Amino acid sequence: MPVIAVDHLHKSYGNVRAVDGVSFEVSPGEIFGMVGPNGAGKTTAIECLEGLRRPDEGRLSVLGLDPQRQGYELRSRIGVQLQESSLPDRLKVREAMGLFAAFYFRSADSAALLEQLGLAEKAGAAFGQLSGGQKQRLFIALALINDPEIVFLDELTTGLDPQARRAMWDLVKSVRERGKTVFLTTHYMEEAEQLCDRVAVIDHGKIVALDTPQNLIAKLDAESRIVFSVDGPVDMDLYRAIPGVTRVERSGDRVIIFGRGDGLLVRVVMALDSAKTRFRDLRTEQPGLEDVFLALTGKEMRE
Amino acid sequence: MRGLRKLMWVEMKLFLREPAATFFTIAFSPMLLLLFGTIYGNKPNPFFGGRGMVDVSVPSYIALIIISVSFMGIPIATAANREAGVLRRFRMTPLRPAAYIISNIASYYIMTAAGVGALVIVGKTVYGMKFQGNFFSVWAGFTLGSLAFFALGYLIAGVASTARIAQAVGMVAAFPMMFLSGSAIPLEVFPQSVRNVSRFIPLTHVVTLMRGLWAGESWARHVTELAVLGGVLIIGMILSARFFRWE
Repeated sequence: MPVIAVDHLHKSYGNVRAVDGVSFEVSPGEIFGMVGPNGAGKTTAIECLEGLRRPDEGRLSVLGLDPQRQGYELRSRIGVQLQESSLPDRLKVREAMGLFAAFYFRSADSAALLEQLGLAEKAGAAFGQLSGGQKQRLFIALALINDPEIVFLDELTTGLDPQARRAMWDLVKSVRERGKTVFLTTHYMEEAEQLCDRVAVIDHGKIVALDTPQNLIAKLDAESRIVFSVDGPVDMDLYRAIPGVTRVERSGDRVIIFGRGDGLLVRVVMALDSAKTRFRDLRTEQPGLEDVFLALTGKEMRE
Repeated sequence: MRGLRKLMWVEMKLFLREPAATFFTIAFSPMLLLLFGTIYGNKPNPFFGGRGMVDVSVPSYIALIIISVSFMGIPIATAANREAGVLRRFRMTPLRPAAYIISNIASYYIMTAAGVGALVIVGKTVYGMKFQGNFFSVWAGFTLGSLAFFALGYLIAGVASTARIAQAVGMVAAFPMMFLSGSAIPLEVFPQSVRNVSRFIPLTHVVTLMRGLWAGESWARHVTELAVLGGVLIIGMILSARFFRWE
């Protein structure tokens, strides 16, 4: 029994088809991600699910409820982090938690939530004094205050530095471990890859692919790359002869080996070793969702 | 209900943390009273029908407090909360829209009443101000005037596209009203020509009503004020509900 079911969702603003016939289902306990560039229609879709926007067409069911007609009931059972929202600057963190807790019939332990989100020390700080990451964490705490069944996170880590972003990912995983379903949108492919059980790749309001990140990448059958630097002469033919290698590129002392299959890295390193080649700065580049997006839409994701 | 009470309490705390709002609501009119009281004292004066300057000023300044909350406090805070996405976030909770508005209005009402309280305390303790009216009657008049102007304040917030515009509209509307309504300067000092203009300013009716009730006049003598302010309240409510936006 899916917790979210979307059937041919359409939503236009004037002549712009923001969401153009999207269908999918989300199972309980999964982290489901909608990925795509800015303006692909992700926020419109998530806001239709939250009941904030009225769809032009299509059927939506969230926890068996219609977000438009049964919004009041739905809002008590979901937690929402909006892409664009704020709190009064002079409202303190502790007050915000107490206030939002009072809006719901059941509420989680707000002190424990602040502790878990690393905001315990900031409980007495005003919202306006928080950093971007702290504000974002507070919004997550507020989204969890009613112990919701589904948590909606819209562009959770936009504007955060890489370290804060990783901390946020751990947080989302811990939310799921508590048995909640997570529906998120992101334009960071790496984020979707790290976090999501399944992703819907969306472009121009349409879903162009929907699967686990691993399957999407495997289906792409893209080459992985092994990059390193060498000093002195390089025998290109030696590398070309390694099983699985499809092509070799060289520029200056940098060598890039393209290839497929498990064990490619081991074979390349062994070949380098037996040829007594001195190499440094070796790294591998695996194909990711970024490559999937490029292959599906013919364009690069920005950022 | 729990959410409503809590929100009202939080709104009041936020109001008091805003220095400008607190100053104009709580401190400004007592300061004005001290200033004019020092200059003119509170001796009975035939110019004010045998009452003193302070006896007449206190009920008039109530209108001053009402206008500053209604036209400067409410439009700016409401539009700013809308602009920043605060209202949007509230909308994602099971808080009913009506509960939000009611708690908002209640917190402004209480802050306005607190301003009146401060004014009365200064008038009473410093100048031995006379009060000849009926407490409940004055309270009812104060409530009618407050709610009528609050409705106009929400209307400004709804019509203005940004908080800056709401602020500008509120100020531009408030200042002429303050001076021409008799709330800051007694109407008695104006020539007839100015008073003819004053009659068309809604705030003048709050001043007239408050001064009358304060002096012990009955509501029967203030049917005009009752009708005007009742009309402003009803039309203001309809229009502000019509123009209210969550985002």
